[in-house]
Amino acid sequence: MGKKLWVRLLLLLVVPGFLFTVSCAQKEIKTDTVMLEQQQAEAEAARLAALEKAQAEELERQRVIEEAQLRETQLREEEAMAYEKAAAREMFMNEDIHFAFDKSLLTSMAQDILKKKAEWLRDNPGNTVVIEGHCDERGTTEYNIALGERRALAAKVFLTDLGIDSSRLSTISYGEERPVDPSHNQEAWAKNRRAHFVIE
Amino acid sequence: MINKRSNPVCLKILNLPGDLRLFCVEVKQIMKGSIFIFFKKVCPVAIIFSLIVPFSCWAGYDYIDITTPSLRKIPMAIPLFKTMSGNKKEVKLSQSASELLAETLDFTGYFKMLESDTFLEDLQKTGIVASKINFNNWRGIGTELLITGSVLAAGDKVEMELRLYDSFKERLLVGKRYTTSDKGSPRKIIRRFCSEVIYSLTGSRGIFDSKIAFVSTGSGNKEIYICDFDGHNSRQETHNKEISFFPAWSSDGKWLAYTAYKKGKMGLYIKHLKGKQGVVVAKKGINISPAWVPGKFELAATLSFSGDQKIYLLTGRGKIIKRLTDKWGIDCSPSFSPDGKKMAFVSDRSGTPQIYIKDFDSERVDRLTFHGKYNTEPSWSPRGDKIVYSAIENGEINICVVGFDGRESIPLTRHTGYNESPSWSPDGSLIAFTSTRDGLYKIYVMTVYGTDQRRLLVLPGNQTNPKWSPNVIN
Repeated sequence: MGKKLWVRLLLLLVVPGFLFTVSCAQKEIKTDTVMLEQQQAEAEAARLAALEKAQAEELERQRVIEEAQLRETQLREEEAMAYEKAAAREMFMNEDIHFAFDKSLLTSMAQDILKKKAEWLRDNPGNTVVIEGHCDERGTTEYNIALGERRALAAKVFLTDLGIDSSRLSTISYGEERPVDPSHNQEAWAKNRRAHFVIE
Repeated sequence: MINKRSNPVCLKILNLPGDLRLFCVEVKQIMKGSIFIFFKKVCPVAIIFSLIVPFSCWAGYDYIDITTPSLRKIPMAIPLFKTMSGNKKEVKLSQSASELLAETLDFTGYFKMLESDTFLEDLQKTGIVASKINFNNWRGIGTELLITGSVLAAGDKVEMELRLYDSFKERLLVGKRYTTSDKGSPRKIIRRFCSEVIYSLTGSRGIFDSKIAFVSTGSGNKEIYICDFDGHNSRQETHNKEISFFPAWSSDGKWLAYTAYKKGKMGLYIKHLKGKQGVVVAKKGINISPAWVPGKFELAATLSFSGDQKIYLLTGRGKIIKRLTDKWGIDCSPSFSPDGKKMAFVSDRSGTPQIYIKDFDSERVDRLTFHGKYNTEPSWSPRGDKIVYSAIENGEINICVVGFDGRESIPLTRHTGYNESPSWSPDGSLIAFTSTRDGLYKIYVMTVYGTDQRRLLVLPGNQTNPKWSPNVIN
């Protein structure tokens, strides 16, 4: 009986001890897991934050790129427009209308060119223009000054008929004094019989 | 005002015996004061004229009939002038003056200058007066007119005696003695004597006091230049550095009108050649092709301020008197008849540029040219009987002449490129014009018959638009 009691007592002591031990050990494990979980959560949060940040950065970067691209396109468009405008202006300045020998009548081709010129003049209401009348080298200097003027006036009348204010158009005749091609052949003469437009 | 020294008085005395005639011409000149004008304005040094050896000859006979088309040139001999003391200066002058005389008379186109190596006589050995000349020796080589001369250089004075003989009639036609202190060229004396020679042979004073205005691109721009009738002494008159052209002389030779661009604007400039007076007509449009009314301080020009190129009459101060043409289209290039009663001009009223004549009394306008599609630049002869103009045909431009006798016009140039801008000499014997026969535009001179076409002057660039002045000393 005594021995049994001692065993029981011992058991009584030991088991709870064990129990205690177990419970203690268990508890310890439990704490570790929580910490781990916390850490994991934190890490996750950080990761998320970093990701978010990266995403935001990426977005920002893309936005910047997009903006730059947009700006570039805009610039390019503006450039293109400016170029187009300059080209139109160039065209206006460089595209002469041509005449037959000893004539100041406007050919249909000359009329088409003049219609384009009228458009340009409408788009650029601030500009005034000098119409120069020119002739080929054949014929006499005096008569060619008169003929050159008639060519310039023919162009002016056509443009005013298309609604361009005559105060924006002045004329001068250079007769045969300013050839574009100084050669003495049909091709050169055809080029030289012209009305030329100069934006003031 | 015009041509002071050839007026009807001279013609009346043509029938007097030669010696008396020479005398009369001298007296008349003194009376008209032309010598004083000459002293004062032309000659920087004194040139004294004196009548030498009143010689009996009959000159009521025209050697050169300037009204009849005649291509025969009179054979003329001009031997080396006799040197009186034989000094170096005289020898040099004898050479240069006799050559210059031959050259200047040759310019008129009336003479055939005989080569000096055919001459059988030497003035140095014989003499210059009729009694010392063996006319047989001159007739033998075909001489019809002989000019003898002597040169005396003493101190700073030069004395030159010049005589024109008819070698068949053995008669003195002109005899002059000139004294000058001019150390330079004998050009003035020679021209003066040439004028006497031509006057005695034709009854007209000739061209020796005339000038030619023209346009040259030598400076890089079209500018107006002026030279003597024979191309000497050319000088630049305008310095606008843009375009200057269409010079026109007033009939007293004192004013020049022309068109010039300045800063891209065109104006008609009317300027006194010596003084600073002048005006600019710069109306809207073109202001071109001036032509003075003979004997008046008025000019016609093409203006287009109305929108249509019309010819207007202006005062010498640039004020519009009236409009002279009225049909719609281009009217330009006026040229007046010598009496100022008619005006030739160019108009495209028929569709192509043609020459028309307006009669101011009747207000009638008649078309002059019908042949070809481009007839412009009329110039009315100073004798009143002809008009020269330029015509484009078959890729050429030629100078043509047409009279008022109903006959067809005659081309004076052929197959020589572009021949343009004809202008009469003041005596109506020569025509200056521009031609591309040698490549660039250069100025040439020919007789009214189209003969003796030769280059007037050598300058860089293109020379165009010659305008012969009246024969007056300014």
